[in-house]
Amino acid sequence: MTLELNARDRSMLDGEQGPSAAAAMKILVAFSNAVGADSLLDISGAHIDGCLFHGKAGLDFVERLVEGGGRVQVLTTLNVGSFDLIHPGMVKMPAAEEVPARRLMKAHLELGCQATFTCAPYQTRFRPSFGEQIAWGESNAIVFANSVIGARTNRYGDFIDLCCAMTGRAPAWGLHLSENRRGRILFELDVPDPEPSDSLFVGVGLIIGQASGDRIPVITGLPRPRDEDQLKALGAAAATTGAVALFHAVGVTPEASTLDEAFQGHAPDETIRISRADIGHALARLSGVPDGAPLAAVSLGTPHFSHQEWMRLLPLLREVAPGRRIPIYVNTGRATLTRLQEEGALAGMEAFGLIPVADTCTYVTSILERLDGVVMTNSGKWAHYAPGNIGVSVAFAEMKDCIRSAAVGYVVRSAS
Amino acid sequence: MTRPVQRTGTFQLTGEAEGLALVFSQPLSFWGGIDAETGDITDHSHPGLGQNVAGKILVMPSGRGSSSSSSVLAEAIRRGTAPAGILLERPDPILAVGAIVAEFLYEIRMPLVVCDIAGIASGDGIAIGTGVDGRAIVTIQPAINPAVPRHS
Repeated sequence: MTLELNARDRSMLDGEQGPSAAAAMKILVAFSNAVGADSLLDISGAHIDGCLFHGKAGLDFVERLVEGGGRVQVLTTLNVGSFDLIHPGMVKMPAAEEVPARRLMKAHLELGCQATFTCAPYQTRFRPSFGEQIAWGESNAIVFANSVIGARTNRYGDFIDLCCAMTGRAPAWGLHLSENRRGRILFELDVPDPEPSDSLFVGVGLIIGQASGDRIPVITGLPRPRDEDQLKALGAAAATTGAVALFHAVGVTPEASTLDEAFQGHAPDETIRISRADIGHALARLSGVPDGAPLAAVSLGTPHFSHQEWMRLLPLLREVAPGRRIPIYVNTGRATLTRLQEEGALAGMEAFGLIPVADTCTYVTSILERLDGVVMTNSGKWAHYAPGNIGVSVAFAEMKDCIRSAAVGYVVRSAS
Repeated sequence: MTRPVQRTGTFQLTGEAEGLALVFSQPLSFWGGIDAETGDITDHSHPGLGQNVAGKILVMPSGRGSSSSSSVLAEAIRRGTAPAGILLERPDPILAVGAIVAEFLYEIRMPLVVCDIAGIASGDGIAIGTGVDGRAIVTIQPAINPAVPRHS
């Protein structure tokens, strides 16, 4: 346990850069010792998953850093909070909870963080580039940054993501280092001529999450995705059923142009074949609701809906024109929402039941009007967590089936 | 009375504490495993289900699970429902962060020590102190006559 610190690290630790930097460095040093890092490295950005209110200790921590005059040292984005600051009337929360929930979000801004409040910081202008060292929280953002962009982060969480941001440093260990990014377990997708459907990517994600443990998964046979949103869905699902922080898809992701590159010349520890039936089983487990069940709502955008996803949804809404006022909630980043409003893209859409949600997510706070019926989603992550978090029954389906169901008022799914 | 046994360890967070040992061979996740309002163990898959960690010296091989355990430990320390100290066989970054944050915020030190935990049984008296070299001194007062063989 000999952690090497440079002069600037020591100066922070000794309090020469204020009490907040000193506290952050002290916590970072303890964490780095515990993971066995030899030194710290510079990061160029951070993403903080600290805005969901879970108790007083979390808020006290940020308040103390604010009082100590602390500022983040690198570009720092914020994950969702417990509150939609853009549509405050939408959140059903007692005042005693609302005050600290709002304060937690605002206190982070006082530290110099960007008011992104999105779980998809990679959709914003703050997206990192290939090879950048970053310290990110939020499981879907972590797996996207590592796998789809090729930026480098470990799974940072509570307090430590903010300590990295406040010091501009992270322990030189784990996925920050090239040799630890090699694949360990091979998944061969054995589906002839697979259609790049959204469900396929979600299904593969669910399976690799469950079977990988702490090994980095490599996928072969994955069709070229329609867009990066399908890889977003795959990663989010893998980080839901498991602890996947990085996956490689041969011929698709940036550190896996060949199988050999993905495994850095080594052989896989284990090979698992994924059949069409395996995908079907994984998806069926997400959704205990039979076709024909009455529908209370649709929830899309977990992780946050990208602009490109909106461009697929809006024509579909016009075409199907659901007129039964079944709410179609779409979680999205505030920057994406602003862009859509500037483009006038949302005009008249409320007639179809569309309700955009920003800054938060429909499964972490009280937004849904009705919790007594079935909610339909195209998100593997939402389908997994919503029953436990907010107590709804979930039907998983492709986006177009979600919208068709909203139009008829009950669950309909195309044969797939 | 059985003679107390002493062993040394490494502090992840320094401090002093005394209490009865609560020993698990299976790691316990604070997030989803402990109710920070009461200190009760709530993990249905853990053998400690229904026991309470408040004021005990929690002894287990390692930490486990989600990084949200840092928040739960810090919140439990704030509420006084946390263990008085924790002994681990292997260092744990998540618990270390929770303990250090609680010390920073509330000036409550819950010592976190990495040491050999073999032979410690639930109910043993444990005292955690600091040696001259800054290392942890763990004093174990066995609760029962060690006619029952112990590994140490």
